[in-house]
Amino acid sequence: MAAKLPFMETNGDEPKYYAVMSDFNTPEDLLRAVRTARTAGYTQLEAFSPFPIHGIDEAMGEGRSPLGWIVILCALAGIALAILLQWWTGAIDYKLVIAGKPLFALEPSVPIIFELGVLVSAFGAVIGMLALNKLPQYWHPFFNYTAHAGASNDRFLLAISATDPKFKTDEVKALLDSLGGRNTELVES
Amino acid sequence: MADLALDPRVELNPPLVTGGQTYADLTEKISSITEQPPPKQWYFGMAIAVPVALLLFGCLTYLVSTGIGVWGNNIPVGWGWDITNFVWWIGIGHAGTLISAILFLFRQKWRTSINRAAEAMTLFAVACAAIYPLFHTGRPWRAAYWLFPLPNEYLHIWQNFRSPLMWDVFAVSTYGTVSLLFWYVGLIPDLATLRDRAAGLRQKIFAIMSFGWRGSARQWKHYELAYLILAGISTPLVLSVHSIVSFDFATSVLPGWHTTIFPPYFVAGAIYSGFAMVVSLLVLARWIYGLQNLITLKHLDNMCKVMLATGMIVGFSYGTEYFIAWYSANPFEQFTFRNRAFGPYWWAYWTMITCNVLSPQLFWFKKMRQSLVGMFIISIFINIGMWFERFVIIVTSLHRDFLPSSWGYFRPTWVDIGTFTGTIGLFLTLFLLFLRFLPAIAIAEVKGVLHGQIQREKGDH
Repeated sequence: MAAKLPFMETNGDEPKYYAVMSDFNTPEDLLRAVRTARTAGYTQLEAFSPFPIHGIDEAMGEGRSPLGWIVILCALAGIALAILLQWWTGAIDYKLVIAGKPLFALEPSVPIIFELGVLVSAFGAVIGMLALNKLPQYWHPFFNYTAHAGASNDRFLLAISATDPKFKTDEVKALLDSLGGRNTELVES
Repeated sequence: MADLALDPRVELNPPLVTGGQTYADLTEKISSITEQPPPKQWYFGMAIAVPVALLLFGCLTYLVSTGIGVWGNNIPVGWGWDITNFVWWIGIGHAGTLISAILFLFRQKWRTSINRAAEAMTLFAVACAAIYPLFHTGRPWRAAYWLFPLPNEYLHIWQNFRSPLMWDVFAVSTYGTVSLLFWYVGLIPDLATLRDRAAGLRQKIFAIMSFGWRGSARQWKHYELAYLILAGISTPLVLSVHSIVSFDFATSVLPGWHTTIFPPYFVAGAIYSGFAMVVSLLVLARWIYGLQNLITLKHLDNMCKVMLATGMIVGFSYGTEYFIAWYSANPFEQFTFRNRAFGPYWWAYWTMITCNVLSPQLFWFKKMRQSLVGMFIISIFINIGMWFERFVIIVTSLHRDFLPSSWGYFRPTWVDIGTFTGTIGLFLTLFLLFLRFLPAIAIAEVKGVLHGQIQREKGDH
């Protein structure tokens, strides 16, 4: 637990808490809970599940991941790198005529252009995914929830954030309980 | 339930997760393998694999301290077992990427039980393959300057990027790296599962390895797209790798190598040998750990069908080579192929035909596709046959070239044999360690399949 600094007290209760969390039996229950909570006007939601649930992004009002654009930029960078590498080393820095072939030509450069394009794209996809997810992140208030381990096993968790403008602990707890959530708790941040 | 036999969907879609399991059962079954002491069979396997792997280190030490003359390659056969083994191992890796990437794009849900182990197999096979180009330089600590474009004060030169051997360096190292990334991304949620079940130091280790994964919907959103992109770029990658390996031969002017059929023929052969290795390993892993409800006969049956199909493509390619040799009316080309089947290496050629073309024909029979012993034996035959395919292509094309005065006969030395046997030991050691310490089946993915199955069952009632 982080030390409570004096200025954190002035904002009242909210900053000390991360969210009210609850866990559900099935992905369908979780989806229903997300939709109901959104209808009730809550906007700061987060769902946790052991596997990706189809349709939950739409239910939470999430947009598409921008990762595709990151990877396209990486692919172009890889292609440019491969062309520069083969042209500069072969036709500028170390000219060596082999079997009368041109010092640089596009045709024999294709395999390495392709391979470096793939290599840089793959790093872009993995590092981009981790960066968008803010990983590695070894501590998160989520882990304060007593039943958080269910999210990697067989439970489907919903958190309604304390930063939500409509957040009132008792109301949120009552809502999650009424939707069939178990282990409903106010989780400290 | 009584109507199930009449429901056509049941015939077409037998459940991929059997035994009435829940999500928690899956977590327990797969995680507990890494949490409990391994069964007797595991120790038995390690007792065989580790000494054989040590043989590899012994042979490589002898090679480096003496020189590459300890291998049997010599003029006219300048490429012997080293390249044969390299191509064989790289080929085996291809099944892992095919299962993890191509079957993913085709939405083949049966891949989820086997993709993790197959990807691990890919990594270990690529590691075994990489030993050969690294050590055939004789000075592996300097190999980086020869293989990669590193600016250096030692050679003052750059690589020749117009050579297919350089393309090969890039293809294989990219392939190894991307396979590792793909495999690790798949592991992240499962490592978080292991973290949440563990305590103390074990929990800390898995917490670090899983990057603090929480499984939130926003995380899954980026994760799923990253996985899709990796599958999308791995698909052309895996097809390119063995195509480029085949360019090592196809861009030469040697009869028997100089042929345009090589890229597709090599890719089909690679997938063929890789599936054979996956079947050999999974039949054993399933037996050691009792994974019958996760790696079902349906999975194994499908893999046998893939072997039958790719085996037929390989057989067709052998036939095409002979047709082209005849049709080309080129006497050198015709001699090479006559020499291949009836020359001094006839035994290698007919071993290849028996193992690769004849043995998989047994998979036309459902009984063979459902028999664990049967498919294990055939898969071993295919592994042997595919090794001989590379040996036949490389050695028979080289040993009798245009001048009869320079003909020769290649014989491997004990170091050749020891190094090759040793790589099999290293491969099995790494695979057994993987089974012991990491989730061998993709827990999160199988849960997704189970969820679909539950929804389908609900729809039926």
